Amino acid sequence: MITGQFTYFAPTTIEEAIQLLDEHGFEAKILAGGQSLIPAMRFRLSQPGVIIDINGIDGLSGIREEDGNLVIGALTRESMLEGSHLVQSRYPLLADAATVIADPVVRNMATVGGNIAHADPANDHPAVMLAYNAEVTAVGPNGARTIAIDDFFVDFFENAMEDNEILTEIRIPTPASNSGGAYIKLERKVGDYAISAVAVQLTMNGDTCIAARIALTNVNPVPMRAENAERALVGMTVTDDVIETVGEEAGAECDPSPDLRGSIDYKRDITRVLTKRAINLAIERAH
Amino acid sequence: MSKHTVTMTVNGTKYTREIESRLLLVHFIREDLELTGTHIGCDTTNCGACTVLMDGFTVKSCTVFAMTANGKSIETIEGVAQNGALHPLQEGFWEKHGLQCGYCTPGMIMSAKHLLSNNPNPTEDEIRWGLSGNLCRCTGYNKIVEAVQYAAEKMSAEQEQDA
Repeated sequence: MITGQFTYFAPTTIEEAIQLLDEHGFEAKILAGGQSLIPAMRFRLSQPGVIIDINGIDGLSGIREEDGNLVIGALTRESMLEGSHLVQSRYPLLADAATVIADPVVRNMATVGGNIAHADPANDHPAVMLAYNAEVTAVGPNGARTIAIDDFFVDFFENAMEDNEILTEIRIPTPASNSGGAYIKLERKVGDYAISAVAVQLTMNGDTCIAARIALTNVNPVPMRAENAERALVGMTVTDDVIETVGEEAGAECDPSPDLRGSIDYKRDITRVLTKRAINLAIERAH
Repeated sequence: MSKHTVTMTVNGTKYTREIESRLLLVHFIREDLELTGTHIGCDTTNCGACTVLMDGFTVKSCTVFAMTANGKSIETIEGVAQNGALHPLQEGFWEKHGLQCGYCTPGMIMSAKHLLSNNPNPTEDEIRWGLSGNLCRCTGYNKIVEAVQYAAEKMSAEQEQDA
């Protein structure tokens, strides 16, 4: 299988890339790691007339802490997260996700920015970034703007960026002390999308949960926060009964589709179980 | 349709070709350079038969446009043996029966090479994890793990001897 025909550009600056996007609009697609886009093009699910390959633009890749945020360049490869001491030591939720995205070979090409911008509810970073309350930077002809992650995923495979904007970086607020996070994914095999996966980031004060964000992968048409579940957790002295209720809320509020990975009821129940496990692990890490 | 000039180094030799923008790296390697050791398996980014090294990192060459490899250095299975002598990994697959049909083997060896370059003495779990992007439908993987262990031991021993 080969892709449809397209005109190829390999800009070396962001400005040049934005100009190309501005010129070609909806016809153009940004090529980052290509690990979702190229398969989609080969199956002819996507037939862009113009490809703007941003792999040759310097400065879009890297992981650093700055002004109370972990800043991840959009072109950062997933395998760089696995190899980052900073991520491994201080951002366990992100570190968990980095080892279960696709497979080790795909992770050498796949990018963090691409995983988010693609806005696929089956991708892993959307839930992770929702749980972290991250922000993304989008740059267009009129300069840069910040988009809160809660506003970013607007529909099925649709994000809040304009056709002439490029996602350049993701910022994760450095967690407060006594915070912990976890990402737990159930997959049929390495490389498959999640049957369900749950991202939890919370802050504890003794046995009381004082802040929590919970987000779900591949059990809703749009990447989602489990807000009922969050409400059942925040402010509570955390007991097994509380965690059970939180899990039940998450299972109830998602909207999974039945497919080869399971029925609706199965996916709801798995979401309940994974939510409980992720909360327990996040609390363990918070102490 | 757009035509472009691409230049890349493959197994130490620099090649320049005129190609169509949609040409995939695996087709460039197999058809333009006639290096058919790199296989096309699933064609869907799953199986890893097409795995090659790009600037030292494994990639699935069926899911990279050749143009993205412009200016980069590629290593394929044909570049693994040096001066007519098998690489310890190739020897390991031979000695430990790490293949039956052999279709996945070039990709397996490239992934194993990448694994050992980052982690010269991997545990069994680390080997299985490191090769989890490559599928084999014959061996049940045990013999592949043994082949990689054989290579790791041999390479460590050689390095000690050099030192």
